[in-house]
Amino acid sequence: MFTYYLQLGLRSLRRNPALTALMVMAIGFGVAASMITYSVFRAVSGNPIPGKSAQLFTPQVDGWGPQQNLKGEPAEALGYIDAMALMRAHEAKRQTFLYPVQLSVMLGGSRDLPLNANGYAVTADFFSMFEVPFRYGGGWSAQDDDARASAVVISGKLNAKLFGGADSVGRTFNLGGHDYHVVGVTSQWNPRPRFYDLFSTNGFADEPDIYMVFSRALDLQMRSGGRNSCRGSLSYTTWQGYLQSNCVWITPWVELDSPAEVASYRRFLTNYAADQQHAGRFGWAANVRLRDVMQWLDYEHVVPPESRISLVVALGFFLICLVNTIGLLLAKFMRRSGEIGVRRALGATRREIYTQYLIEAATIGLAGGVLGLLLTAVGVSGVGILFRPEIAKLARLDVSLVGLTLVVAIIATVLAAFYPAWRAAHVQPAWQLKSS
Amino acid sequence: MKLHPILAALRKHKAGTVLISLQIALTLAIVCNAIFIIGQRIERVNRPTGLNESNLLLVTQQWVGAPNADTADGVEKLDAMQREDLAALRNLPGVVSVTPTNSLPLLNSSWTGSVSHKPGAQLGGKDNTRTAYYFIGDQAMDTFGLKLVAGRAFTAGDVQHQGFRDQPPRPIAIITKALAQKLFPDGSAVGKVMYSDGSNAPTTIIGVVERMQTPATGSWGNDFAWYSTLIPTRLDANFARYAVRTRPGQLDSVMRAVTPLLYKVNPLRVLDDDSVKSFGEIRAKAYRADVGMAILMGVICLVLIAVTAAGIVGLTSFWVGQRHRQIGVRRALGARKIDILHYFQVENLLIAGIGVLLGIALAIGLNLWLMTRYEMTRLPVLYVLVGVLAMLVIGQAAVFVPARRASNVPPVSATRAA
Repeated sequence: MFTYYLQLGLRSLRRNPALTALMVMAIGFGVAASMITYSVFRAVSGNPIPGKSAQLFTPQVDGWGPQQNLKGEPAEALGYIDAMALMRAHEAKRQTFLYPVQLSVMLGGSRDLPLNANGYAVTADFFSMFEVPFRYGGGWSAQDDDARASAVVISGKLNAKLFGGADSVGRTFNLGGHDYHVVGVTSQWNPRPRFYDLFSTNGFADEPDIYMVFSRALDLQMRSGGRNSCRGSLSYTTWQGYLQSNCVWITPWVELDSPAEVASYRRFLTNYAADQQHAGRFGWAANVRLRDVMQWLDYEHVVPPESRISLVVALGFFLICLVNTIGLLLAKFMRRSGEIGVRRALGATRREIYTQYLIEAATIGLAGGVLGLLLTAVGVSGVGILFRPEIAKLARLDVSLVGLTLVVAIIATVLAAFYPAWRAAHVQPAWQLKSS
Repeated sequence: MKLHPILAALRKHKAGTVLISLQIALTLAIVCNAIFIIGQRIERVNRPTGLNESNLLLVTQQWVGAPNADTADGVEKLDAMQREDLAALRNLPGVVSVTPTNSLPLLNSSWTGSVSHKPGAQLGGKDNTRTAYYFIGDQAMDTFGLKLVAGRAFTAGDVQHQGFRDQPPRPIAIITKALAQKLFPDGSAVGKVMYSDGSNAPTTIIGVVERMQTPATGSWGNDFAWYSTLIPTRLDANFARYAVRTRPGQLDSVMRAVTPLLYKVNPLRVLDDDSVKSFGEIRAKAYRADVGMAILMGVICLVLIAVTAAGIVGLTSFWVGQRHRQIGVRRALGARKIDILHYFQVENLLIAGIGVLLGIALAIGLNLWLMTRYEMTRLPVLYVLVGVLAMLVIGQAAVFVPARRASNVPPVSATRAA
């Protein structure tokens, strides 16, 4: 029966080409607009580290006080003093501290011009906490952190430029005037949004080229290559003065596996801030936060507002297309009242009429979905007009989006067909037969 | 024409009536808000920065193995390197003037701080006015094409230099008219004193420029978009930016010549594809999202209106078909063609009227919701009125073809079976 109804549905599509085309286009445009904006939204609001997002936390300590902090919220990064205190306390199983660095790579001999290398100064746990994949070698050890080692992890891309893609572990190269030895080469690794550095980036920067030892970068008095935020009158003139100032520039991360550990770390943070108050360094009560990855992304408003607004508008658009479809289906079905009357008089039950028209609607939905898919494919490739290129790059048509487009189109059309099909099923056979 | 028969007939077609009015209401709500967003974006994109934007380019470059900017010795060396670059650029054929600068309007790379009437004010305090600093050289006014409205421009003798992170006093500054009016609402700002970034050393205002936008285009910079402060200082760091004004028509040739020239001066530096940019490119990049949003909204509006009009055509055609016989009866009883045409037009006006009333409420509701969630302002009444008028006109236009067909139903069809 299903295939018979499907055949009837397809035949009926051909009978009223103008009306059918109208419906198919309405659904196609509606689905395509929603899917294009959704593909962007999905790309920017996704979980960058799905397996561990609930175990990674970034602690914040208010070192600015109620007069100068961010409307009650502590600064989004730590200053040197607080970062060092948390590092030394080592209250979490794993922890890492990081800040962006910008260096230039000197190519050996008289080869080309120097290259820019952007990256991060990090501590040893960075690689295991964030599950950085390696092509060659690995991260460095906590001993290297203590020894201020000149170890460096480089990206596969930089490795290709410097060493032609060969296993370069143990090789050395010149970075900003100093020699470093490679301990690891990462495979492509660039979680988006870049949850671990939302202080300096908007979350969608290109893959970093290098990761160097945090203590080594401090030794070289390397300033942050990213953001630096200060309060009060700025009075420092030297590196030491800068370190002691209230300027924030270091992002801390800790890994906490159980709710008990989280509670205990939160207690530790509060106690630390309270101690600073007792010691007279803070003139205010403890004000700390401990957000996990998803809470942090939310707090930092990583999803661009244009993406949200266009999603809302696209959904409204889809809604109108559906209302339109209901009206047109009603017209289409009621036009065939006579035919329905005959079928009912010949013994078809209401249920059968109902099923037949729902299936007919589904065929329209399918046709609309196919059109929507074509439009989505065109739209996704043109998404760069609307969004920043680094975000537009993320939107792509994959299997799940294709499936979703078709499913949404069919389900939406069938939902829209409920009322028209119900009306069709309630056609009075006697009435129709008499009047014709 | 009597309304009663129309209303009575509509009561028989509740579903269709409700659907069309709902569709008109939703379309009105979304189109009003979308056009409002488009209008706001276009207004934002079109505001002038205060610069003469043509024939202006920016060079961003970084030295490799540069001296340390935190030592006095290093600062002097970096400054010498910078002056060498400036001299070379000024000698380039087609170049009118060159200034070092830390940023440009719309570049989204800001050095912000605050200025105050009082010395020693804390950053973020009440008495402060936020501002964005431009650290520039003596040719900046010509290079940027700024219009001086009071006081004097900088001279070569005014220009100092400092390490990037030093905090030396800033004896003189030029500010924008907007900032001058904020700081000194009564009377001229020229010759007056302000204190920058909580410093105790006074800064004398020597000039006021008509207009100069701050570098930030994000919403966080909206509050002080026109509060710029120009400080005659070369910043010395391991990187430098130069703004270059070229002779008309020579922008492209100068842009091509810059990279080889700077490498010739000193090969130990990084200049990549992004390093030499015309101001046009900077503007396009800064407003990319705004322009894209306006295009998207425009396309959605057009398609929406088309879908709604098509819906009206579809349902009205259906009604005309359904009432074929009744129309024949009316015609046989003496109704003229124009009466039938008017019947369907008035019917559509009624339905659209209901839709539009509902739509006004929805449009305002959507606007209020957007205001709570995003940085939106109140929807002006004019937008809603124009939207209402447009929806009614579109409704009439969409109903015309099916109504004409209805008016052409011959009276004889009253006698035929339906």
